[in-house]
Amino acid sequence: MNVLEIHNLCKSFGAVRVSRDICLSVAAHQCHALIGPNGAGKTTLIHQISGVLRPDAGQVLLDGHDITAQPIWRRAQAGLGRTFQITSVLPSFSVRENVALAAQAKAGSSMRFFAAASDEAALNRRAEAILARICLEDRADVLAADLSHGERRLLELGIALAGAPKFLLLDEPMAGLGRVESAMLIEILAVLRREIPMLLVEHDMDAIFRLADTVSVLVEGAVVARGTPDQVRADPAARAAYLGEGTVGDPVGGTLGGTA
Amino acid sequence: MVRDRAPIVAGTIFALLMVAPFGLGLIGQGYLTGLLMRAMLLAIAALALDLLVGQGGMVSFGHSAFVGLGAYALAIGLQAGIESLLLLTLIALAVSGLFALITGVLALRTSGVYFLMITLAFGQMTYFTLTSLAAYGGDDGLTLWSMATLLGTDVAQNAGQIYFVILVVMVAVWWLMHCISQSRFGRVLRGARDNPERAEVMGFSVFRYRLTAYVIAGMIAGLAGVLTAQQNEFVSPALATWQHSGDLLVILVIGGLGSRNGAILGAFFVVIVQDLLGAVMPEWRLIYGPLLVLVVLFAKGGLNRLLGPAQTGSVA
Ligand SMILES: Nc1ncnc2c1ncn2[C@@H]1O[C@H](COP(=O)(O)OP(=O)(O)OP(=O)(O)O)[C@@H](O)[C@H]1O
Ligand SMILES: [Mg+2]
Repeated sequence: MNVLEIHNLCKSFGAVRVSRDICLSVAAHQCHALIGPNGAGKTTLIHQISGVLRPDAGQVLLDGHDITAQPIWRRAQAGLGRTFQITSVLPSFSVRENVALAAQAKAGSSMRFFAAASDEAALNRRAEAILARICLEDRADVLAADLSHGERRLLELGIALAGAPKFLLLDEPMAGLGRVESAMLIEILAVLRREIPMLLVEHDMDAIFRLADTVSVLVEGAVVARGTPDQVRADPAARAAYLGEGTVGDPVGGTLGGTA
Repeated sequence: MVRDRAPIVAGTIFALLMVAPFGLGLIGQGYLTGLLMRAMLLAIAALALDLLVGQGGMVSFGHSAFVGLGAYALAIGLQAGIESLLLLTLIALAVSGLFALITGVLALRTSGVYFLMITLAFGQMTYFTLTSLAAYGGDDGLTLWSMATLLGTDVAQNAGQIYFVILVVMVAVWWLMHCISQSRFGRVLRGARDNPERAEVMGFSVFRYRLTAYVIAGMIAGLAGVLTAQQNEFVSPALATWQHSGDLLVILVIGGLGSRNGAILGAFFVVIVQDLLGAVMPEWRLIYGPLLVLVVLFAKGGLNRLLGPAQTGSVA
C-alpha cells in the first residue's frame, strides 16, 4: 500500500502554472526522488503536500486518508514530517529544546501549564536519541542560532524525525553543505530511507543515485520522466530538460538556488 | 545549564515588599505605601502582558481594556448589590476572559503591526463603551461608596490589609507565569514566537496556543482591574485608555521582555520615576521621554538584566 499518494495536483500563481496535473505515489520503505531545474515547482509541490499551500485541484492522501483540506498542524499530527529548503529552526532554542519541542507535539497534550517541560524524562530521552542519530549530541546545549550552516541542516532533519513521522518530505537537505557534510548526511539518509518512506527533492546527483528507488523529473510543473535512477539517466526527455545542464559531474556545484 | 537566579531576585523583592509597609508606617510615609500598591497593580497587568509580548511575541496595544473591564465588573457588581469579592472576581474573570476569547479570535488572524493595530482598536472600543455608560458615571467615572468584602471581612479594603492582598495576588501571578514559561504550553508559545511556520509543521495549532495565552492574559489583567478599583475606590474609563496600554508596554521594555522579574521591576521604576520627577518638576514628561530612550539603548534586556546573568533561550 502506498503511504503517500498525490492525485492530479494543480496549482497556479496567476498565469504561471507551477503544478500541472501531478500524480505520484510512494510505498513503504521507498525513497522517491524529485529532481528538476530551478523554478520547476518542486518546493511548491512540497508546500502543497505539507499544507503550507493549498492546491487548486487534486488530492493528497496519507495512509489512504484524504488530507487535502487539512491545516498544516493536522497533517503533521497525522504523521507528515518535513524539512525546509531554507533552514527553518527555532533560533532562540537550544538544539535539544528544538528537538524536544518537536517530540512534544506527538507526546500527548501540550496544554499543560505547570510542570516544567525540560524535566520530562521521556521527552529528553527522545531528544537525546534523535541528537545521537544526527550526530549533534555534543551540541545539545548550543542555541540553534549559534550553529554552523551544516549543523543547522542536520537539526532541521532532527526536528522532522523527532515527530516520529510516517512519511518524510525533504526539500534539498544537502543544500549549501560541503562535501564532507553532504557525505555524512547521505549516510544518515541511507539508513533512514528503509525506516521511513520519503520524498526527496535534491539537486545533488550523487545523493540521488545513492538514495533514490524511483526518480521523477519535474519540468515547468509537469512530471516529464519517471523511473529508476538509471532509467532516468538514460531518458532523453530527462536529459534534455535537466541532466543535460551539466549537473551530473558537478554534484556540489549543482546545488544551486541560492539557499545557503 | 545556566543557573536561573530569577527566583532569588523575585524572592528578595517580595520579602522587601512584605516588610516595607511596617518600615514606611513607622516613618509616617503612608503615601509611599500607596505608591507601592500602584506599582504592584501595574506589575500584575504587566506580568500578564508579558505572556503575550515577551513569551508569545504578540505585541498587544489594547491590554488596558481588560483592566478597565475588570474594574467596571467590580463597580457594576457592587452597584447591583453583590458584596462578595470572590464572586465579583469570578464575574470579572468571566467578563474579561470572554472578551479576550471573542476579540482574540479576530485579532489573532493577524500578526505584527496588524495585531498591534487591531488590539488598539478593540481597546478604544472598550474605552468608548465605558465612557458611554451614563448610569456608571460616563466620562467622569464612578466613586465606589461601599467596597467588596472578602469572606465577610474588610481585609481586602483600604480600611483593612489591601496592601497585602495585592502583594499576595502579585506573587501568585508571578508564580503562575513562572510555571507557564517553563511548561509545555510556554515552550510551544515561545516556539511559535521564534518561528510560527515551524511550530505549525511540528504539529501545533499556533492559533489555539496563542488564543489560550490571550485569554489567560486578559483574565489576569481583569483581576488587576478588580484590585485597582477596590484600592482606588473609584473607576473611570481612563483605566482603559491606550496611554495606559502604552505604559504597560513601556514597563515591559524597561524591565526586560520575557522575564517575570522585569515586569515587576519595570512597574516600580515607572511609578517611582513618574512620581519623583512629577514632584520635582511639572514638565517631567520632557525628561521621561529621553530617559526611556536611554534605558532602551543602554540597558538592553532591561533592568532585569542588571540584576542577573543573561537568561538562556530555554529559560526566557
Ligand atoms: N508565492 C508565490 N507566488 C508567486 N510565484 C511563486 C510563489 N512561490 C513560487 N513561485 C514561483 O513558482 C515557480 C516554482 O517555484 P519553486 O520554488 O516551487 O521551484 P523549485 O523547483 O523549488 O526551485 P529551486 O530548485 O530553485 O528550489 C517559480 O517560478 C517561482 O518563482
Ligand atoms: Mg525549491
